Amino acid sequence: MGSKTISRRRFFIESCAGVSSAWLLSNVLDIPFAQEHAHQAALSPTPTKLEFLSPEQAAEIEAIAAQIIPTDETPGAREARVIYFIDRALATFASDDRPAVMKGLDDLQSRVRKRFKNSGKFSELKSKQQIEVLKSIEKGSFFELIRTMTVCGMFADPSYGGNYNEIGWKMVGFSDDFAFEPPFGFYDQESEAK
Amino acid sequence: MAKSYANIARTKFDQNAEVDFLIIGAGASGGIIAKELATAGFRVVALEQGPYLSEKDFVHDEFKFMQQRAITNDYKRQPNTFRHSEKEEAKVQPAIIYGRLVGGGSVPFAANYWRLHEIDFIERSKLGPIAGTGFSDWPITYAELEPYYTKAEWDLGVSGAPGPFDSPRSRPYPLPPLPIKSSGVLAERAARKLGWHAQPAPMAILSKPYRGRSACAHCGFCSYFGCEMEAKSSTLTTVIREAEKTGRCEIRPNSYVRQIEVNKAGLVTGVTYFDENRKERFQAAKAVVLSANGAETPKLLLMSKSSKFPHGLANSSGKVGKYLMFNGHANAGAVFEQQLNEFKSVAVSRIIHDFYNCDPKRGFYGGGGLDTRFVQYPLGFAIRGLPPDAPRWGREYKRMLAEQYTRTLTVLCHTTSLAVESNNITLDPHVKDEWGLPAVRVTYTDHASDLKMMQFLQDRAKELLDAAGARKVWARPVGPQSFGFHLLGTCRMGNDPKESVIDKDHRTHDVPNLFISDGSSMVTSGRGQPTCTIQALAYRASDRIVQLAKSGEIKSAL
Repeated sequence: MGSKTISRRRFFIESCAGVSSAWLLSNVLDIPFAQEHAHQAALSPTPTKLEFLSPEQAAEIEAIAAQIIPTDETPGAREARVIYFIDRALATFASDDRPAVMKGLDDLQSRVRKRFKNSGKFSELKSKQQIEVLKSIEKGSFFELIRTMTVCGMFADPSYGGNYNEIGWKMVGFSDDFAFEPPFGFYDQESEAK
Repeated sequence: MAKSYANIARTKFDQNAEVDFLIIGAGASGGIIAKELATAGFRVVALEQGPYLSEKDFVHDEFKFMQQRAITNDYKRQPNTFRHSEKEEAKVQPAIIYGRLVGGGSVPFAANYWRLHEIDFIERSKLGPIAGTGFSDWPITYAELEPYYTKAEWDLGVSGAPGPFDSPRSRPYPLPPLPIKSSGVLAERAARKLGWHAQPAPMAILSKPYRGRSACAHCGFCSYFGCEMEAKSSTLTTVIREAEKTGRCEIRPNSYVRQIEVNKAGLVTGVTYFDENRKERFQAAKAVVLSANGAETPKLLLMSKSSKFPHGLANSSGKVGKYLMFNGHANAGAVFEQQLNEFKSVAVSRIIHDFYNCDPKRGFYGGGGLDTRFVQYPLGFAIRGLPPDAPRWGREYKRMLAEQYTRTLTVLCHTTSLAVESNNITLDPHVKDEWGLPAVRVTYTDHASDLKMMQFLQDRAKELLDAAGARKVWARPVGPQSFGFHLLGTCRMGNDPKESVIDKDHRTHDVPNLFISDGSSMVTSGRGQPTCTIQALAYRASDRIVQLAKSGEIKSAL
């Protein structure tokens, strides 16, 4: 785009379609399968096995996700089992993104090895060190992809494998009820009371 | 209603037999026309690109419906290309969105249901010409369309109450306004302070049970979703079912038209389309009504070339695809101290029309309306719903998500787009869709006045949020649009066959048995929220078509 400005429509597209990640536009026909699959996982008390990622790869991605939405006084990406959403996405409808993820992980490893003279494992760094590394790659496409996947794993319907126990929804105060009754918020309640 | 609907016998016409009318696109317009023509006694087939879904398919799944486009056009299968001017090479990127299922855009739309005002139809006469544009009066007036606005509101089910700037109506709204939300209370308070007027938003959503359908349960899944309650008045939930109950209407889903066929005399004989197995089929019809939306309608006409129509069907004027109008859009965002919980209930409960009319004192053409809402589901909010200066990851990001999801409000500004000939829909010469048909190529640059109007109204939006007592207000800069939700003006209505594609009866000037009724028919853009007008036009077009057919004035090739 010639213009750097963003209209509301553009804003909406970016906010809702996540143009940063082509996989959000992937073929919807793959979804029922992925969903059914994930649904089984969502029902099981303990997370199921990884299907695409190796445990080492999963540990690296989960460590990134846990910096994007950290665990503090409240649960974060780790407790929401975002990694299982991401693994399942890569196994099914986001399979086109496998090369980008693999390359990103390799690059991350070299970067960590160079900076900290260690094995190159991001997940073994201290939190402060992890943040430093992520700040150095936060403008890149790999980080953007993992961020988008993390957010989707945090807030998509739990049947996709993440947002375990609706942790993401509870965090922001959303609830997926089939019906609400007025008053809906503070100001309409206040107005009604007058 | 859903249960009784499941039991009706669906009509299936023999594909080889001709029908009276073939409708292309069973959407916001086509659904209405199907019902009206079938009710009048004609045999009707409506071909729809998308699938035939029902309430049980409309689950609360943001990922599927918003991110994965379950019921709108899928850019992977039907790519678009975009450029700001014909000097640029068009790039493949999402440029338009439309409902791609039986019911069309009336299924996932937010259900804002504004009528145009009297001025919209005659603004060119009142204000004079605007250089470099095709700014024109409509060949019909508000008074001529008014009975059909009323018919749409009563037939489909609309909740609302008249506001101080509305044009006269012959009947009240069939249903009272939906409950006011926090966004509406804040709009009212701020408008009062500023001397403006907040009025109940007219919405095509039921505030009370109506004609066997249940009232809105305020679940909040309207924009981008189908309503599982039958409370949103889509054509799928209303007129399409009535059309099928006549026994004279077949809705044929997964049917993607590639060519409107004509004979040597220049009359339409039927259409060639791909069925769900991508097998080519032909359906004969005495007359065709094209209601495929403001992008797909001109695309199909431009694809339907023949020796008699070398520049595309019904295109002797060269205006097919021209004068595309998106409406202007801008917004401002704010965070409030207390929780609004805008994710609950319908998108909009109050609107402001104080700036609807063009005011020469502003120094540029344009007008618009405001509404307050926050249509973000959690995933979209987390991707890009925070203020532009907010962090994008980490502890503070998480804290802001947790605090602000329920406290954020936006004011949306809906404004005029001038009809400019160089804004248009053409066939991309290089990019094809999954069926091998040319991709829709969009060329668009907002007129300078349109941008000024967006800026003007965005400034008002910020004032409104300040007056409402927001803790923080922000706005992203207004700029040229490259994406259209409203696809208007591309087969405009007019009395002069050299300057327009259809006449005031919605009949194409060039082909006596080809009619068009959808967003493409509009001559001016209004101030956003075109669905109400598109549907009123569909009722009026149906009336005209029935009268012409019954008086033997539609020549047929068959």
